[in-house]
Amino acid sequence: MAEIDILAQQLRSALGDGAVISDWQRRRTYECDGLAQYKVTPALVVVAENAEQIAETVRACDQASVPFVARGSGTGLSGGALPHADGVLIVTSKLRRIHEIDWVNLRAVVEPGVINLDVTKAATPYGYYYAPDPSSQQVCSLGGNVAENSGGAHCLKYGFTTNHITGIELITPRGEKVQLGGKAPDVPGYDLLGVVVGSEGTLGIATEITLRLTRSPETVRTLLAGFSSTDDAGAAVSAIIGAGVIPAAIEMMDALAIEAAEAAVHCGYPAGAQAVLVVELDGPAIEVAHAVDEVQRHCREHGSEEIRIAKDDGERALIWRGRKSAFAAVGRISPDYIVQDGVIPRTALPEVLQRIRDLAQAHGVRVANVFHAGDGNLHPLVLFDDAIEGQAERAEQLSGEIVTLCIEFGGSITGEHGVGADKVKYMQLMFTDDDLDTMQLVRCAFDPDGLSNPGKVFPTPRMCGEAPRRHRVALDSQKTDLTGRP
Amino acid sequence: MMVPGQRDQPIPSFGDRATEVRNAVLADAVAGVAPRWVATPHSTKEVASVLKAANEQGLAVVARGTARRLSWGQPPNRVDIVLDTTSLSGVIEHVAGDLVVAVGAGTRLDELQSVLARAGQRLALDGEHGDSTIGGLIANAVSGPSRLLYGTLRDLLIGVTFVRGDGVIAKAGGKVVKNVAGYDIGKLLHGSWGTLAVITEAILRLHPVPPAQRWVTIQVDDPSRTGELVQRVLHSQLVPTAIELDRTPSGSSLLTVMLEGIEAGVRTRADSVSILLGNGAVSSESQPDMWGKPPAAAGDYLLRLTTEVAALPLLLDAVTEASGATGLPMHIRGSVGVGSMLASLPSDASSDKIGAFLDTLRRKSNRWGGTVVVLDAPLPVVRSIDTWGPVQALDLMRSVKVGFDPARVLSPGRFVGGI
Repeated sequence: MAEIDILAQQLRSALGDGAVISDWQRRRTYECDGLAQYKVTPALVVVAENAEQIAETVRACDQASVPFVARGSGTGLSGGALPHADGVLIVTSKLRRIHEIDWVNLRAVVEPGVINLDVTKAATPYGYYYAPDPSSQQVCSLGGNVAENSGGAHCLKYGFTTNHITGIELITPRGEKVQLGGKAPDVPGYDLLGVVVGSEGTLGIATEITLRLTRSPETVRTLLAGFSSTDDAGAAVSAIIGAGVIPAAIEMMDALAIEAAEAAVHCGYPAGAQAVLVVELDGPAIEVAHAVDEVQRHCREHGSEEIRIAKDDGERALIWRGRKSAFAAVGRISPDYIVQDGVIPRTALPEVLQRIRDLAQAHGVRVANVFHAGDGNLHPLVLFDDAIEGQAERAEQLSGEIVTLCIEFGGSITGEHGVGADKVKYMQLMFTDDDLDTMQLVRCAFDPDGLSNPGKVFPTPRMCGEAPRRHRVALDSQKTDLTGRP
Repeated sequence: MMVPGQRDQPIPSFGDRATEVRNAVLADAVAGVAPRWVATPHSTKEVASVLKAANEQGLAVVARGTARRLSWGQPPNRVDIVLDTTSLSGVIEHVAGDLVVAVGAGTRLDELQSVLARAGQRLALDGEHGDSTIGGLIANAVSGPSRLLYGTLRDLLIGVTFVRGDGVIAKAGGKVVKNVAGYDIGKLLHGSWGTLAVITEAILRLHPVPPAQRWVTIQVDDPSRTGELVQRVLHSQLVPTAIELDRTPSGSSLLTVMLEGIEAGVRTRADSVSILLGNGAVSSESQPDMWGKPPAAAGDYLLRLTTEVAALPLLLDAVTEASGATGLPMHIRGSVGVGSMLASLPSDASSDKIGAFLDTLRRKSNRWGGTVVVLDAPLPVVRSIDTWGPVQALDLMRSVKVGFDPARVLSPGRFVGGI
């Protein structure tokens, strides 16, 4: 009997038949996450009901030296939850209990399958919300957010997932359950929690998450400003930040992105604008009123002829709908597209946008730009038609060149989507071998056999020195299974 | 105290001749342990040379900035070289438009702040830390009152260059605030007390200096009343920058709320805070004397007490009880809005009494969900007390230490579990 079949049998008897999926057709439904160009059918799928089942599965994988990959809602955009062909995919989406909305302590305790927005929904009656808001917040899971250190539109002011997680219960890759952090701050010892958040599932699986709740602001004002160029809009962003205003969010869209959003959701953005800024300000009413004036002034000074301020929640939602639907909306103007995620210093924005335009022209490929302008986090959407020969390759190449451009300007290869499987190849542009080796020393401490989500984040796996080890599985057995047959 | 030795031996060079090395003197002792030499490297590379040499020769190294907290923790098992980081100083790059600064780890906080102030910016770390180095503040996870709104250096450190205990130079993070490429090693080094690596450069996120600040203070002695007032402000929409408590051993307590923003806004919000706090609240444009200062005098025991914010009264009651049982007066000062405070006990307290005090608090600490850590304690008592208390996931921490510093070169014995 093959090793995986033995493991399947063992897990069935431990977890019950329903939790373990061996059937190829059913396994195949998990072949990719939100980044559909990578597909690998997992050897086995476990749909866990609770933390103990996850621990049990991880222990069994450790015993058998079989790799495993955790998956929440499968909305990740870097292939972080791409299955391993010889491994077990552990699905956490049934762990959906919100254990506690402990608003007096500004904390909530949740299971990893809980949907991001559901925390906010549960906390809203008490006047609280969960600040990190990735665009996929209606469907993405907190476990996935923790793994990827997800961002969102409001991280300019409020930070990322890592700034809002105060504790986790972790199943280590050896199958041990450990608590890192909790509701109180400043836990003695190394800040392992700080490394686990954003480690993309390579240091274990979070089975319980303690997160910070944020008090709902007294006032939220959202404004939309149209500009005749992205340069003008970019200059306005710099002026706003330079004036000491920290908006909750500053988002920019260029003409092509506006066109797509209009076609998809009729958001009513200023006609003829070559760029729009969505600026949101929140906080005490008196502070916000002042900041709104400042923002308007800077937008006008940089050539904005049309500024709209949302009068009510409905108008505010409409402004955001245009922005939040932008990724999907480009489907209206292009049959295929690549979503890129890179970061540049905010001050380099005009220059980098010009360089992207030049590159796009050289490749004969269109690029729609949607981004978190306040943080310099670009999301160029590279448009192509797979039916036209050579276009996909050109788009792929352009997308890669944009990443290189971000490095050239001192930025990052990823601001919020993660490295996953997709950006492993760029890690060496940003980090030296010693940098990567240092990160993997932490990996070795948690996962000496390299079983937890192998092939992600790091271009070359590190051997873990003296750590006790049974027979190893090859770490490079990440196969791309495109043939359609098991 | 041991006497620094090897005076008659030639002073070695540690790989790089540019690194100044001198014989140690009495004042270089680290928590009573005398080093042999003090090395002052001027670059990350020179730090690496010193650490490589230390690995080859089996020498122990303690990194030192301005030595503000060099006595913290258990005394090191051994020290051969004090690695003075103060020549790794200066602002490397301040891009005001990006609200980001790169700085040498040996730079003093006050020097950094004065450079940033010229651009109307600051590192959002307040408190009496001006003469501390950035590297030291990160290594010891030092925070100030404004952590309620801005977080700690954990949240402000976006990139770091360091030399691992085994002498390898590495970096993590970068120059942009939003960045999820690779592990966040900066967070691992934050609060690692110099036991994993020597930090040589830090890239920090900045904030604009607000136009106005105000402090609203009220005298409130009853623990449950204190807890109630903290909760009122915390759950308001007034966005306080800080909520601090200063509670003397007699139980006399001042609760202070700090507000920042535009002049008119701060005034209005301070009035609202005053109403929340009730009769006796006083609003002022200047900060209270105790603001951001540690409660301990030189030589006192310095502790950190943490709690879930809503459980503060339980902690305060337990402190009163422990003080009653042991006769040791405790002064508490710190960020009750986040649940992390410093506390002091008198320098002449015996190890038995300190032990009893710690036991009393730690036995009940699950009631408020916090920890009790002794940061600094007089010699030689410190050796006989459990300074850290229970520590989560110690095995994983040990494994991380082995990876970064396999020869236990860096500050051996100072950290949790004898790391």
